[in-house]
Amino acid sequence: MIGTNRYIGSPVERIEDLRFLRGRGEFVGDLKSEGMLHAAILRSPIAHGRIRGLDSAAARAIPGVRDVIAAAEIGAVPTIPLRLLPLPGTERFLQPVIATGRLRYVGEPIAVVLADSAARAEDGVGAIVLDVEELPPVADRRVSGRHEILLFEESGTNLAMTFTGVLGDAEAAFRDAPYVRRECFEVQRHTALPMEPRGLLAEWDSTQQRMTVLGAAKVPFFNRDTLAAMLGLAPASVDLIENDVGGGFGARGEFYPEDFLIPFAARHVGRPVRWLEDRREHLTAMNHARQADCEVEIACRRDGTILGMRGEIFVDLGAYVRTNGLIQPRTLAQCFSGPYRVPNLHMVVRALLTNKTPSGTYRGPGRYEASFFCERLIELAAVDLGLDSAEMRRRNLIGAAEMPYKLARLEPGGAAVDTECDGGDYGEVLERCLVEFGWEEKRTLQGQLIDGRYHGIAVACFIEGAGAGPKETARLELTPDGTVAVYVGSAAVGQGLETVMAQVAADTLGMPIDLVRVFHGSTPYLNEGYGAFASRSTVLGGSAVYEGAKSLLEKIRGAAAARLGGPPDDIELVDGRARTRDGRSLSFADLAADGLRVDATFQNNNKLTYTYGSAVAHVAVDLGTGQVEVLDFLVVEDVGRIVNPLTLHGQAIGGVVQGLGGAFMENLVYDANGQLLTGTLADYLIPTASDFPRIRAIALENHPSPSNPLGVKGAGEGPIIPVGGLIANAIGNALASFGATPNQLPLSPARVWRMGAEASVENLGKNARAEPVSDAAGPGRSQIRR
Amino acid sequence: MQVNFKLNGTPVVVDVEPRMHLADCLRDELRQTGTHLGCEHGACGACTVIVDGAAVRACLMLAVQAEGSSIVTVEGLSTEEALTPLQTAFRKHHALQCGFCTPGMLTTAHALLTDEPDADGDRIRAVLSGNLCRCTGYIPIIDAVLDARAAYRKSDKR
Repeated sequence: MIGTNRYIGSPVERIEDLRFLRGRGEFVGDLKSEGMLHAAILRSPIAHGRIRGLDSAAARAIPGVRDVIAAAEIGAVPTIPLRLLPLPGTERFLQPVIATGRLRYVGEPIAVVLADSAARAEDGVGAIVLDVEELPPVADRRVSGRHEILLFEESGTNLAMTFTGVLGDAEAAFRDAPYVRRECFEVQRHTALPMEPRGLLAEWDSTQQRMTVLGAAKVPFFNRDTLAAMLGLAPASVDLIENDVGGGFGARGEFYPEDFLIPFAARHVGRPVRWLEDRREHLTAMNHARQADCEVEIACRRDGTILGMRGEIFVDLGAYVRTNGLIQPRTLAQCFSGPYRVPNLHMVVRALLTNKTPSGTYRGPGRYEASFFCERLIELAAVDLGLDSAEMRRRNLIGAAEMPYKLARLEPGGAAVDTECDGGDYGEVLERCLVEFGWEEKRTLQGQLIDGRYHGIAVACFIEGAGAGPKETARLELTPDGTVAVYVGSAAVGQGLETVMAQVAADTLGMPIDLVRVFHGSTPYLNEGYGAFASRSTVLGGSAVYEGAKSLLEKIRGAAAARLGGPPDDIELVDGRARTRDGRSLSFADLAADGLRVDATFQNNNKLTYTYGSAVAHVAVDLGTGQVEVLDFLVVEDVGRIVNPLTLHGQAIGGVVQGLGGAFMENLVYDANGQLLTGTLADYLIPTASDFPRIRAIALENHPSPSNPLGVKGAGEGPIIPVGGLIANAIGNALASFGATPNQLPLSPARVWRMGAEASVENLGKNARAEPVSDAAGPGRSQIRR
Repeated sequence: MQVNFKLNGTPVVVDVEPRMHLADCLRDELRQTGTHLGCEHGACGACTVIVDGAAVRACLMLAVQAEGSSIVTVEGLSTEEALTPLQTAFRKHHALQCGFCTPGMLTTAHALLTDEPDADGDRIRAVLSGNLCRCTGYIPIIDAVLDARAAYRKSDKR
């Protein structure tokens, strides 16, 4: 690093906070435009069917309703392209921006009503007479897999994609293994649920033939290009503007139907149009995530050494393949084994279409699910083999000497999409975590009934592949007021981007942080940008800003030397001034007249960073109520290098609590007709302030990333990844004497209570834990060959 | 319908449809957009404002019900100059990330500490459990409110 390095590594209080704390953030719902109309959207009330008729006359007759737009008004209805993994075959299952006759999930857009107020627009939606023919719904992936009812008849299948992850020779490994166990596991459908619902404000300038859309997030440049193509405009004629964004977590900012419909409506009526999603709408319209179940097997030596894993995983993808919908199934196949040395692996993942809201990424996509499956398998093996949970993991973590360690080969994809753990010492973090937690002492609590509750502890390890490429861009320039303007192609979704980028720029330029202005996420700033996904902003955006700041530093030195005399190398930058060795200096404001400006690009050749960590939990289970209390939770991770310990710690704690939501309560429940039963925040429960008060996180920087100049690794997702498996194992260990097998999430009070009640009946008069049986290794059975 | 109330100390008169809720009135009619709407069914708490001293969900109260009352929003808890002690504590503890739930957290915590400057951690957690945050995991928010208590003890409460 250049300069005195005051900011990077320091808990710099956030620049963003000054406006948010005063209620002066500017979210899209806070914006108005002269002459603006309000949009409300009629959505499919049924899971599967056909539109027979749509009569908007009564809606149009409502005073204040200005227009109703359905597929007929749009004409050629575009479909939404995949942003990630646009594999051949997927084009058959893309979502049209508005229903064109067929309805495939509750919540699918059918018509847009434009009115003078949001209330009138909603009145209009209510007045549209919709005639539909109901078709039998594909309500779950099992029905889907029979391919009798098809979502897309012309394709002849409900199977959107199959991924296979392969390492070594799993068949041979299982044939010869002394111990194997097979199990079925399931992770429920849940969702990112940012606190700010989505919103858009589109303005069409008919004179200039320009479209401006406010409310962009995550990937504005990709979405700009997508929208431009759909509207038949040049990308340069479309601007996407990012305002303050109330949380993303993977779901917000992907290209959704509304990202076309609202701009189209603005052009159609020649007036600005604003649409603000309500929460019920959000729960059916925004990407769902996570739903997957599996039948998987583990093979081990008697000493616990893992020989192989194999099996089949089914993803309930919902009604369409959306922009990033294949990331979860891909990751389940490629990264099933997480941080563990699994020399032989064969994992087949089938992504099936159902009549539910389409799914996409949610923080740690596929990794949370894979970790649950994998950690459960490992725990069951440890119990069967009589090994301590920590020792079982210690023996199987990828070793420092094995780095870089190649993960499974993926098909389709092949060598082009290979990825490898980039380095570090996984065991070091595990040991630190165990010591901080007091594993050896707490082991004695395992399964004990204390104060009326059963206590259990568990440990899990994880990797977070992050910092996806290909690149990020930045531009830095001196401005006449003496500040440095930093433009970066990264996007802010609430993670503190402005502060972190300012820290990097200020340190590199040796200047006070309050003289750095960060601009991000909006397309007018730069020619290209890649945005905020896969925990990439600090890794790629930060590195681009760093490279740009270094170049700007050289330019400033050159310009100052030219004016002050002497060689550029003799110029140093201190507190926002360029100074010669004999003390003569120029301010940045003076030098700005020279037009000092640099463009920078940081490329990582798609080489991911791998943050890694371990987590431990101590739970107490009340079998009378099924309530589980998390008495202690600790996550330790090595993130390479910490730019801001405050924001990093916030990512860790926040991620863990989101993961606990998925482990215990969050659940998008559908009935047999494909109706969502959890359409409000009174039904879809997320953690509250009183649920999980004891969470600890420690971040280390022992092993900087080798793939970028800052040494940073993506760190927004790691701590959520192990939570499901960890909690299930802790509960399983607490209830070991009941033979409980917490193999399904969420571990709601009802489910935990039922586990205790059923096990009590089954085991009445029997010995505590069922002995491993030595016949066929069917689901739920283990096999030890003697 | 015409409604008269005091907003952050200033008398206001506003003409609203009877069905308009207070949050829409504050945001759209009076352009005080610090009050955020996260669910519009009383579950998330982002729209919490202080009505005659009590923390109230502005999405569950009709604007016409505000007649004659005195309402404080997040804007009214702020000054041009320095951050208030509660705001300072939020910043210090990194008790906000995306900032969307923050106005409701601040108004709820302010109403609580005004009445109960000695509230303990359990009490603060119980009261704030009606305000959803998806970013922070709540722990830093509770730490910030605990930290801010001193300022409420010293000052004249009302």
